[in-house]
Order: sequence, then C-alpha cells, then structure tokens
Amino acid sequence: MDDRHWPLYEVFIRARGGLDHKHVGSLHAADERMAIEHARDLYTRRQEGVSIWVVPSKAITASDPGESESLFEPARDKIYRHPTFYDIPDEVKTL
Amino acid sequence: MSSAAAAESEALFRYVLRLGDLSLVLGQRLGEWVGHAPALEEDLGLANIALDLIGQARLLLSYAGEIEARGRSEDDLAYLREPGEYLNAVLAEQPNGDFGQTIVRQVLIDAFQLELYERLSASRDLRLAAIAAKSVKETRYHLRYSASWLVRLGDGTAQSRTLVQSALERLWPYTVELFAEDDLDRAMADRSVAPPLAAVHAAWSTRLDDILAQATLARPGDHPHAWHGKRGQHSEHLGYILAEMQHLQRTYPGARW
Repeated sequence: MDDRHWPLYEVFIRARGGLDHKHVGSLHAADERMAIEHARDLYTRRQEGVSIWVVPSKAITASDPGESESLFEPARDKIYRHPTFYDIPDEVKTL
Repeated sequence: MSSAAAAESEALFRYVLRLGDLSLVLGQRLGEWVGHAPALEEDLGLANIALDLIGQARLLLSYAGEIEARGRSEDDLAYLREPGEYLNAVLAEQPNGDFGQTIVRQVLIDAFQLELYERLSASRDLRLAAIAAKSVKETRYHLRYSASWLVRLGDGTAQSRTLVQSALERLWPYTVELFAEDDLDRAMADRSVAPPLAAVHAAWSTRLDDILAQATLARPGDHPHAWHGKRGQHSEHLGYILAEMQHLQRTYPGARW
C-alpha cells in the first residue's frame, strides 16, 4: 500500500484521565475510522491509554529546522521567564 | 457421584469444549496471518483478535478440565486431543483463503459469539457467566473490526465485492451447523446453562442482515447441512491445523519454555 491509497495519520494517546494526549507514532489507514481502529490495535495493546486522537499527517505544519536558530535560541538566556518563584501545592500532581 | 450427576457433568464438559474449541481453532487459523497480512496494521489487528480468542480458549479449556476432574489441564486438552475429540463447529477450521474470505468467516463467527456470550453472561453456571462477561467485550471489538472490513470490501471495488460475495456463498452453508440444536444444546438450555440456540439464531440473523445491507452483499439461502463438528466429525482441514499446533508437544512431551 502506498500513500496514494492509504494516507498517513499521526496518533496521540491519553494515558489516563487528566493527562494530555501525547504523540506516540504514526500509521497508515484508509480513513479516520480505520485510523482509530489501527491506533487501538497498534498503540494500546498494553493498556497504554484511555483515549485516542488521530490526525492526518498532512494537516500538520512543522517548523523548519533551518530556522531553529532564530526561532529557539533567543529564549536561551531569558531564564527569568521560568516561574521558579511559585509554590506548587502538593495536591497538584500533573502540572 | 450418582450416574445422573456424572451424565450432567459429562454434558457440561462437552458443551464447554464446544465453546473453547471454537475459539481455539479460529484463533489458531487467524494466527496464520501473522507476517502475511496485506498491511502491517492488519497484521497486528488480526494477531490481537487471535490472542483474544486463544485467551478465551484457555479459560474455557481450563474450566472443562476441572469439570472433567481427571487432571487434564488446558494444555493437555489443547495439545493432546485427536481431531475427533475436538467439538468446534467446522466453520472455524475453514481455510483463510484471501483476506476477504478471512473477514467473512470472522464476521459470521464474531456475530455468533457476540450473541451467544451476551446471553451466556446470565448463565446459571456462574463460572461460564464470568468467562462470557469478560469475552463479550473482546468480541464486540472483533465484530466492529470484521464488520467494518466487510462493509469496505463489499461496498468497495468490483473486484473486492466479487471476492467477498463468493466467500460468503462458500462459507454460509457452514453457519447452519452453529444453530443446529442437538440434545446437548437442548440439555444446556433446559438447565439454564446456555440460551436456546433459536434465540441466538434470530439475533444473529438480524445482525447479519444489517451488516450485509451496509456491505451491499446478498444473503445466501439456507440449505440443509451435513456438518457435525460439534460431535467431533470434522472437515479435512482440522487435522492439518492440529498437526501444526500440536507438533511441539507431541514431539517433545511436556516441553516448557
């Protein structure tokens, strides 16, 4: 099967309630429904999750690695942006 | 044990074997696809279903061994019985054929197991009810997988449609055996261990009509059948399946890893 017939999807799994969906990989499927089934079969066989998102890979716009200098390096010396002065309550587990 | 109680327990033993062998043989058949499926994603999908089925078989064969009370384990029952002692309906042992034929066989059996397990969950036999309640969740997904593929293939290209329609014609006659009630089925229903097969058949039939309509496939007619896998009379295929499945235990008795 090539991409012309079965497009690529990116798979995101929520490990348990309260957590974010995390990117876990990609797969080929004919449509969204099949993508969910494939994601279930490929990425949740060992109880990895309670919710699945699939997104057509072509819907994702990525940053250009060639621009990483101008995009990311300026943040390097701005440590005052890290909110280190907050006290985080013990009850907050997944901040 | 009185002879009546012994006969009852022998009947339950055989009934549980019917259920367990159906899952075991179908699971073994699906396992043949590993490494050969049309796409990596389907390879995993079919293997997951195969493993679910073998998991069901383990629970059922373990229980059968306990009912029999002659010290036979799930492995003894799986690896050391002859084809004539296997009590699965012959539909399960039919060859995989192409992917479409595998899907047709899967839809027919998934829908049967779903309707059966849903009702067995209320069995008076609590162990059987617990096994059915666990299995029905797996089976619901199996049917979701197989039915959605049948709809894709039936309502797909001219070629995929021709292939699944002819697989349906070929396999349909074997479904008659699933619902052909014999003395054992009746005895189990009378004791509220199992549902009456007529009720399972009616629900299965409605479900199949719905799936076939979505797949734009024509339902074949019912004909009298000559299959008695549930009594241990099998097609030639079962011998080959068991030869492969049992080879290791037969060659190296008691081997473990």
